[in-house]
Amino acid sequence: MDEFSAAVNRSFGEVVIETSGLAKKFGHLMAVDHISLSIREGEVFGLLGPNGAGKTTTLSMLATLLKPTEGTAKVNKHDIVKESDAVRRSIGIVFQDPSSDDILTGRENLYLHALMYGVEKNIREQRIHEVLKLVDLEDRADSRVKIYSGGMRRRLELARGLLHRPKILFLDEPTLGLDPQTREHIWEYIRRLADQERVTVILTTHYMDEAERLCDRVAIIDDGKIVALDTPDQLKQIIGGDIVRLRIKNPKLSSIKELPYVVKVEQMDGFVMLTLKNSSAHLQEILGLVGNAESVELRTPTLNDVFLHYTGHEIREADAEGGFFERAARARSS
Amino acid sequence: MTELDGLYALWYREFKVFLREKSRIISSLFTPLLWIVVFGGGLGSSVSLGGTNYQVFIFPGILTMTILFSSIFFGLYIVWDKKIDFFKEVLVAPLSRLTIFAGKTLGGCTDALIQGSLMLAFGVILGITYSVQMVVETIIFMLVLAAAVVSIGLIIGSFMESPEGFNLIVSFLVFPLFFLSGALFPIDNLPSWLRAFTTLNPVTYAVDGMRGVMLGMSTFPVMMDFVVLLGFAAVMIAIGSIAFSRMK
Repeated sequence: MDEFSAAVNRSFGEVVIETSGLAKKFGHLMAVDHISLSIREGEVFGLLGPNGAGKTTTLSMLATLLKPTEGTAKVNKHDIVKESDAVRRSIGIVFQDPSSDDILTGRENLYLHALMYGVEKNIREQRIHEVLKLVDLEDRADSRVKIYSGGMRRRLELARGLLHRPKILFLDEPTLGLDPQTREHIWEYIRRLADQERVTVILTTHYMDEAERLCDRVAIIDDGKIVALDTPDQLKQIIGGDIVRLRIKNPKLSSIKELPYVVKVEQMDGFVMLTLKNSSAHLQEILGLVGNAESVELRTPTLNDVFLHYTGHEIREADAEGGFFERAARARSS
Repeated sequence: MTELDGLYALWYREFKVFLREKSRIISSLFTPLLWIVVFGGGLGSSVSLGGTNYQVFIFPGILTMTILFSSIFFGLYIVWDKKIDFFKEVLVAPLSRLTIFAGKTLGGCTDALIQGSLMLAFGVILGITYSVQMVVETIIFMLVLAAAVVSIGLIIGSFMESPEGFNLIVSFLVFPLFFLSGALFPIDNLPSWLRAFTTLNPVTYAVDGMRGVMLGMSTFPVMMDFVVLLGFAAVMIAIGSIAFSRMK
């Protein structure tokens, strides 16, 4: 299906991140609700969920930017609270918001990062050159960041996150707001890092395609809890078949509900959603039984269906924008 | 080594930003120049103090003003830094908060000293004759004052969440420190209430010390001025280090 599929079968190294009962409370709001997971070396691990689900908070705790309210976590065998300096030395982080200095040039930003992360003097130039090349910014390295496009700036920050060769790289919504071409590029870089450099990558995203194409394993997060955790393929198995979406008035559903290959029947505003095993063999029969459909759409399940299956709602941009504040408001009023 | 490299990185960043934001240098020198040229020149045309032209008399005070304002704003600027851009990257770096504080302070002192030195050069136009010793001693006073005031700015900035309180700080901290320092008047014959304030104001000792070094007229011995100012700076740096180590 795509060039990334082979990656799923790779063997991963030792556990480099382990959390147990990790929780963060903001006032009454349980932003992260006792999360336990372990991630192995060389894995690309995705935290998928709408904004406000607790992804960034989880990431911030692992990166030692926030102290957990409860529970612990070890990153590269170091405790995130007691040994935060050691943790910081083994990680790289790319924030969701820009965090490069726009008065300085790209190269100067990288130089400062090299100094702060103790990259040895004799290899600094070489490393800066390497990472600039990796993200295709060699030509623009001496322009001020102020005149970079959003994509260039994100690439610069990705380069910066890699400059000190961290064992573990945290990416908070790495392709948020980027154009499709740049997203493809960044996915390629991330994949290459994990496959060739054995960097462990933990990223947050609310893009289904990003989780599906890029991640070895995905944890679906909703309301601060992990509701499902597996490889994208395994997660999709839970749906148990393909999805047929019919636009139809007065569907005759009683007859098809009993059929052995029909997994699930749902009706919502003018549409019927059917989940079918072995759909290609049975579609004709279904169409005959259900009545006159105005349109038919057959597709394999996506992570969106999985998300819907577990949470009862979809990840939409609307959720993504208002989620956190709505939940905060709800938590306050309760 | 990492901490030293980090310190250098923080200083380097501040210095680059300073060099690139030339408008900041110009605007920060404009107000002191107005004071010295217009206020000093205007009042000086009919007032002289102890045989010294008024304009020359307030010159050390205006140097102090230059340092005071540029230093406090440099420090307060971390309120912005905290929210955006580069500072986030600094806070997640494997550097101690102490190093971050020291780097910021060094950067601020450099900025303030460059501005102070530009003002100092303006003294030549006023007819002040400099000796090497005088310049060195004045710069040392400016440096210690800058270290103290940058620290104050950083301390306040580390607690503030938004820049909305800036005006309050200027009105209730910076202007009182300036006006009660004897920058614009001699402090020998003040009414007792005013004298009490000026004696308690650490900035007084910066003005008095520089006036002693440059014009040979001071209320306190220059050495005493220096020791008081140094003590003040030490306390502010200590508090600043603590404030930074507690900052999220």
